[in-house]
Amino acid sequence: MMNNHVLTPEIEEWRETIRQYALDASLDFFEVIYELVDYDEMNMIAAYGGFPNRYPHWRWGMQFEGLQKQYSYGLSKIYELVTNNDPCYAYLMRCNPLVDQKLVMAHVYGHSDFFKNNCWFSQTNRKMIDTISNHAVKIRRHIDEQGLEVVEEFIDLCLSIEHLIDMYSPYFSGSEHRSEEDKDQERLDANGSRFKLKPYMEEFVNPPEVLAREKEQILNKIEEVDNFPSEPQRDVLHFLLHHGQLKSWQRNVLSIIREEAYYFAPQGMTKIMNEGWASFWHSKMMTTKILDSSELIDYADHHSGTLGSNPGMLNPYKLGIEMYRDIQERWDSGRHGSEWDSCQDAHGRTDWDKAEGRGLEKIFEVRRTHNDITFIDEFLTEEFCEQHKMFTYKFDRQQGQYVLDDRGFPEIKNQLLEQLSNCGRPRICVESGNYGNRGELLLKHDWSGTSLRMDYARRVLENLEKIWGRPVHLETIIDGKTKIFGYNGSRHEERTGS
Amino acid sequence: MHAVTPRPKNKYRKVKVVRKIDPDANRFRKIVRGKIRENLKKYVSQGEILARQGKNIVSVPLPQIDIPDFRFGHTDQGGVGQGEGEEGKPLGGEQAPPGPQAGDQPGEHILEVDVTIDELADILGEELELPRIEPRGSDSIQVEKQCYTGINRTGPDSLRHFRRTFKNALRRQIASGLYDPENPRVVPIREDRRYRSWKTKSLPQSNALIIYMMDVSGSMGNEQKDIVRIESFWIDTWLKSQYENLETRYIIHDAQAKLVDSHTFFHVRESGGTKISSAYNLAKELILKEFSPSEWNIYPFHFSDGDNWGGDDTAQCLELLRETLIPFSNVFCYGQVKSAYGSGQFIKDLRDAFATDEKVLLSEINSRDEILPSIKTFLGKGR
Repeated sequence: MMNNHVLTPEIEEWRETIRQYALDASLDFFEVIYELVDYDEMNMIAAYGGFPNRYPHWRWGMQFEGLQKQYSYGLSKIYELVTNNDPCYAYLMRCNPLVDQKLVMAHVYGHSDFFKNNCWFSQTNRKMIDTISNHAVKIRRHIDEQGLEVVEEFIDLCLSIEHLIDMYSPYFSGSEHRSEEDKDQERLDANGSRFKLKPYMEEFVNPPEVLAREKEQILNKIEEVDNFPSEPQRDVLHFLLHHGQLKSWQRNVLSIIREEAYYFAPQGMTKIMNEGWASFWHSKMMTTKILDSSELIDYADHHSGTLGSNPGMLNPYKLGIEMYRDIQERWDSGRHGSEWDSCQDAHGRTDWDKAEGRGLEKIFEVRRTHNDITFIDEFLTEEFCEQHKMFTYKFDRQQGQYVLDDRGFPEIKNQLLEQLSNCGRPRICVESGNYGNRGELLLKHDWSGTSLRMDYARRVLENLEKIWGRPVHLETIIDGKTKIFGYNGSRHEERTGS
Repeated sequence: MHAVTPRPKNKYRKVKVVRKIDPDANRFRKIVRGKIRENLKKYVSQGEILARQGKNIVSVPLPQIDIPDFRFGHTDQGGVGQGEGEEGKPLGGEQAPPGPQAGDQPGEHILEVDVTIDELADILGEELELPRIEPRGSDSIQVEKQCYTGINRTGPDSLRHFRRTFKNALRRQIASGLYDPENPRVVPIREDRRYRSWKTKSLPQSNALIIYMMDVSGSMGNEQKDIVRIESFWIDTWLKSQYENLETRYIIHDAQAKLVDSHTFFHVRESGGTKISSAYNLAKELILKEFSPSEWNIYPFHFSDGDNWGGDDTAQCLELLRETLIPFSNVFCYGQVKSAYGSGQFIKDLRDAFATDEKVLLSEINSRDEILPSIKTFLGKGR
């Protein structure tokens, strides 16, 4: 079976060559293992989110059918598929011509370098292929014990809140951000082993009744603290894991979904940078080294296919690659810093060249430390927006369609940052686990100008109620008014909050 | 228990390699099937599936199969784009659906799932607990079919079997020492030649003819015709899954009857009086001319609002039915669609005349919601 996936000698030769070019370009990547697959295998792996083994769930099947349909109608096909793992796994479509295989391989080395070096990926599990297979085994076991429908239904519930994690929490290790459970555990442990003594002394120095009393006190204290999170908690899944009324298998399923959500989060946080970086390098390597003159047209066609954008839409590949190029040029010519910012002379600006030559160094630095938000915040310039004819659009209710809104730089930047923050999802946190002193859950939508889709939100509340086991509430702002939506297992209610 | 077992339609089904994703894909199909079944009544009464019919595939819109999450209402969100244009220029692309809530939720994504007609028939069968049809006289209807089954030493050149011929030639040359590996020339002679040979098999075949007859007199309006159209689509779907060879004929009648194509059948303007016997006469002629009752399973469906010209004609109809149409057919189905003008007398006459005849199935369809029960009445007997 595996033999089918081995590269042909021709591709293998190119792989070796491209790998060397990538090393020469000082890319520092996890070793990449390429496999040659047919389109349905490709679609299958893509449907599984890039992993060959995942827990059974109908949504993979749904994604698979969608991909198959799109492919067979010629609407889209997947060019590259790469998994953040050490070693990296990447898949090449068997039916692609050689020039595409070269392009994809060059592109993938860019991704692999990004996975390895970008700091936002630093906390991800690099043996995720194994971990995810283990998750599949565990969930299969739950299915054997509990029955398919029960487990599947619970997975559906969990998936509806899988994005409610605190994406930034993995990057803090201060005591403040330790999980509450760890803190509880520490308190208990500290109590039990206060004095290390010879066993026969134990009873006298640490009388059991005193220990029991102290333990009870601590437990009481924990309870007090834990009645609701001391501060709003972004990691809703964590809160549910530790305070929800869950059976042990349910807790396990939820923790698996949470772990996978944390693993995938950095990919959402660095979409523009990651794709831009890979495209930057494939384009550089292809045009300067790899490309045979006979392949030029095909390459140009496919390259522009990936980078092209629908009229009016923004393509992350395109935005990314152009930003890197812009940064490289600016740091090559020294167009940055306070001197550049304060220069008002149009001629002076066009002819500006300090021959700094630090462009390449700078983009390597950028790819190490930034994520999409900081990337846009720091490097998007007015000139860049003008040059690339960027604009913001909004929905015009009278015309019933989207219209071009503004070409101003601050608006564009704000809109982009807004769109990128929290990966374009609403920020939701747990406000209270004992709302109204009735053990009910209160979530709060940290409103930032855009309202929630309430039909979806209501369905999420229904799901959440099943997980929490008690009524649940969501506080949000609709049409400028604070509203609290609640669901108690049979009925929705809506109140205007204070 | 009316268990519906899948019928192997194509005996030589391709053996598929089992892929890892198949259990998940199957699970998804199963959920889709469940959803369609759950909403079958809605799909049937709204008739929206009809508009989405391809050749063998129906695309079914499925709301609410996706997993809900907290998300933004899209219209509030806006975004950043790239390209030419003045401020205020429409972007095109996503258009909001017209209607009272124009622009509230544009580009609504509804999952469309392709379902084969066979699958749809199965779902219908399961939901209505339709029994499988026992074809009438299936063993008496034989079809001759020729299959290539073996190899012969003689035959026409057009059936020459190259591989076998050369294999034999090679075998002969090696055996007789004529084969030279240095110069591997294989020349068949007459004795080496092999030909495909065939056998004639007779297979039992099940043919079915559906005759749709519709009253297009002045009292049958658009709504009535829509009901007929939806009902006939589902009847077609079910019978197609039961018979390998299905023919459909359409007859419209007012005071006169005409044989028409399906488009005319459903779109013709209504006018004139009503003489039902004209349609029955035409159906009778059609059967006698083209479809011998001994070879065909015949299903006449007649839809009308039950308003006939007069007692004389009704008497004539009953006679036609008793003498010819009913003996010819597996079942005779009469659906009476309620209209504002019809008296609804005809179904009563039929009921009086054929109260004990199992082959006559009558149903009154007062609204779209009654289409499903009516299908059940017609097809629930399994004949």
